[in-house]
Amino acid sequence: MAEDLPVVGQPRPPAGTALEEIAEEVVRFPGGGVALLRADALFHWAQKSSLWPLTFGLACCAIEMMATFAGRFDLDRFGVILRPTPRQADVMIIAGTVTIKMAPRIRTLYDQMAHPKWVISMGSCANSGDHYRNVYSVVPGVDHVIPVDVYVAGCPPTPEALMEGIFALQRQIMEGDRARA
Amino acid sequence: MPAPEIVEALRVRFGAEPAPLGVSLPAASLLAAMRALRDTYGYRSYVTATALERDGRFEVAHAVRDVEMNDTLFVRVRVQRDGAEIDSLAFVYAGAEWHEREILDLFGIAFRGHPDPRRILLPDEYVGHPLRKDFAIETPWGYRP
Repeated sequence: MAEDLPVVGQPRPPAGTALEEIAEEVVRFPGGGVALLRADALFHWAQKSSLWPLTFGLACCAIEMMATFAGRFDLDRFGVILRPTPRQADVMIIAGTVTIKMAPRIRTLYDQMAHPKWVISMGSCANSGDHYRNVYSVVPGVDHVIPVDVYVAGCPPTPEALMEGIFALQRQIMEGDRARA
Repeated sequence: MPAPEIVEALRVRFGAEPAPLGVSLPAASLLAAMRALRDTYGYRSYVTATALERDGRFEVAHAVRDVEMNDTLFVRVRVQRDGAEIDSLAFVYAGAEWHEREILDLFGIAFRGHPDPRRILLPDEYVGHPLRKDFAIETPWGYRP
């Protein structure tokens, strides 16, 4: 099948996408089927298969994030669909430099998201402040404001790097040791 | 660069001295000189304002533009560092309002008669003016969550 072929320059989707890979037993019959699996595994499979991000573009990283969601890379095929409101979002992508003026707004929007929720810190500025670390108006890393699950390195990260960060988050969800979730 | 006759007229009328890209004015004659530049000498557009700290004093530079003559004139005013206060140009050039708020925010120079003297870039509860020479880089750590 076509999805078994490697796509040059693009990360592969993580394992565990097919139901057979997470279920203990799958019985298929014409017109339907029955899968036997743990409820946890089913929930994690559902959560990682429909990660709806609240985008939070703060600087040039937002351009790469937009490119990632656009047609060339097309995250819709992994169930990643943008949401304009925190009420409908599962994961917050912090893309850019966090200033001390923006930090309370980030915290508010994070608190408005429903559980389970995750955070991807995209780019060096959101990870650590990078070369703006000691600037008078910059927070040295968004993890001073909200807990972060995945850090994506780069200045800015390529769309492939952001996709790999999303897949890393999906792997975390599938592993299932999510005390907060 | 402004035409030499404009610099000479500003010198005679307002005590201006030649300065890079324009003139340097005494603070007392700033408002009258800017009104004259706008109404008489054709500098009808406001471009930007900036400030710097040098030799223990602040220097505020307003840039105004004459579109027909294709010329930008910098008007510089020096103020004392402690309790710095100069006249606001917001009612002469409306575009000056936000530029003066930025200078107020980052340098702490007060603008007399400004219609809305609040910070514009930093949070309202911020203490200090970060582009002053004596501002320590450790200062904002208290604001970091």
